Amino acid sequence: MSAHVMALKQALRRLGGKPVSTLLSALVIAIALTLPALGYVLVDNVASLARGISGKPEISVFLNNDVPAERVKAIETALRANPQVAALRFVPRDEALKQLAARGGFADVTGALADNPLPDAFILDPRDDSPTSFEALRKQIGAIPEVAQTQLDSEWVERLHAIIALARSTTLLLASLLGAALIIVTFNTIRLQILTQRHEISVKLLLGATRNYVRRPFLYFGLLQGLLGGLLAWALVVALLVVMAPQIEALAQRYSIVLSIGGPALWQGVVLCAFAALLGWLGAAISVRRHLHDGLMID
Amino acid sequence: MIEFDHVSKHYPGGHEALTDLSLEIRHGELLVLAGHSGAGKSTLLKLIAALEAPTAGRVLVNGLDVGRMRRSQVPYLRRSLGLVMQEHRLLMDRTVFDNVMLPLLISSQPPSDAAKRVRVALERVGLTEFERAMPMTLSGGEQQRVAIARAIVNRPSILIADEPTAHLDPAYAREIAALFRSFHAAGVTLILATHDDTLYSPYGARRVELAHGKLLS
Repeated sequence: MSAHVMALKQALRRLGGKPVSTLLSALVIAIALTLPALGYVLVDNVASLARGISGKPEISVFLNNDVPAERVKAIETALRANPQVAALRFVPRDEALKQLAARGGFADVTGALADNPLPDAFILDPRDDSPTSFEALRKQIGAIPEVAQTQLDSEWVERLHAIIALARSTTLLLASLLGAALIIVTFNTIRLQILTQRHEISVKLLLGATRNYVRRPFLYFGLLQGLLGGLLAWALVVALLVVMAPQIEALAQRYSIVLSIGGPALWQGVVLCAFAALLGWLGAAISVRRHLHDGLMID
Repeated sequence: MIEFDHVSKHYPGGHEALTDLSLEIRHGELLVLAGHSGAGKSTLLKLIAALEAPTAGRVLVNGLDVGRMRRSQVPYLRRSLGLVMQEHRLLMDRTVFDNVMLPLLISSQPPSDAAKRVRVALERVGLTEFERAMPMTLSGGEQQRVAIARAIVNRPSILIADEPTAHLDPAYAREIAALFRSFHAAGVTLILATHDDTLYSPYGARRVELAHGKLLS
C-alpha cells in the first residue's frame, strides 16, 4: 500500500513539476473527449427535439360507419384493457366533423354535406414505441371486425430511430477514434518521460527496484493525466452547452416547442472522467510495456 | 559464498569476455580482481549482480544460481548486494540524503528507521554535514563516498565495487580504499576490481588476476 502511495505522490510531483506541459497535455485530451461527449449530449437533445415536433407516436383506429354505440363501448373497453396501450382517446364521428369544420377552409365543405361521412375513431398511444411493437399492435387491432382502418406513424418512427441510431453510431465512432488519440497522447508522454528519466530508472533497477516499482509512477501519471483531461472535458461540455442552449431553445420556440437543454448529469460526468482515466492508464501501460525493460535500462 | 563454475561469457559479435572461469569467493573474504582493461573484471562483477547472464557455466550466490534465476527474483538479489560502480551513478537532482535513502525506499523500509540508517551510513563515510547538499556541489571523492554510503545503507553482506577509485587522485583513492578495508574488517565480503591492487594487497586481500577472460592466478 505504501508503495502505491509513494508512486502516486511521485506521479503528482511529476504532474505538478511541469504545470504548463501538464495543462497542455490535459487540454489535448480534453478537446479530444469534448467532441464525442458534446455529440452524445446533443444526440439526446435532438431526440427530445424530434419528439417535441411530432408529438408522441400514435395509432389512429377508424371504425366502420354502422357500428352500434354499445359495440363501440365494448371495443373501447377492450382497448383500454390491452397492456400494450398506454393511453386511449375516443373521437366520436360528430366531434371529428366539428374539428374538420373548425379548420380554416373546411367549414363550407362540411356545411354542404348532407350526412356525416366520418367514422368514430380511437387515437391511442402505444406503451412501447419501437417499430416492431408498433406494427404488432396495429395488426392486433386491425383484426377486430368493426375496425375499418388503422393508421400509424411507423414510417416516421423508423426514420426517427434510424436518424438517432446513426447519430449515436457516429458519436461512438468519434469517441473510439478520439479515445485512441488519447491513448497515443499518453503513450508518447510516457515514452518521453522514460527517455528523460532513463538514468534514474537504471539506478533504481541497479539498486534492486522491481519492475512494478519502476512502472507504477508512470501508470499513476497516465491515470491522473487522463482524469485531469476528463475533468477539463466535462467543464468544456458544460461551457459549450451554456453558450449553445439559448440558440437551440430559440430554434425550438419557432416550432412552438418548449425545450430546455440540460448539461450532462453528474453520473455522466463521472463516467466521462473514469473513461478518460482508464484510457490514460491504458496508454501509460502500453508505453511502459514497450519502453521499460532491463536490457534497455541497465548498461 | 560465491562460486563461478566453468563460467563463460560471450557477447554478440564474438567478443569473449570470460572463458571457462572457475572461482570461489568465501564469506568475509576481501578479493581484489586485477588485470588489464578488457580482461573481464567488470563482466565478472556484473555476473554476480545478474546484470549479465553467463553464456555457459553457473554463477552461484549463496547457493542461488544467478543465471537461471527468475526475472522477478533478480531485484531481491540486488538488494542483498552493495554495488559501487566506476561511474557513481548518483541522481544529480536529489540531495545526498535522498540518494542514500533510495535503496531503503525501494525495499520499503519504514521512513523513521530509514532516516536513521541513512545518517549512520553518511557518518560511516564521513559526509554527515553534506546530507542536504546536491551531489553536483561535491568533489569526485565525496561523490564516490555518497555512492558507497548508498551501497552500504541496506547493510549488505557482499559489497561489489568496480574500479571505485579509477577517477580519483591518489589521496582520495587511499581514503576510499581505507573505507572499503574498514567494511571488510566489519565482516563484509568485499570484491573489488581495480588497477591499483597495492591499495589492498598489504591488508590481507586475495589477489586474482584476469587476462583476456581467463584466470591467471
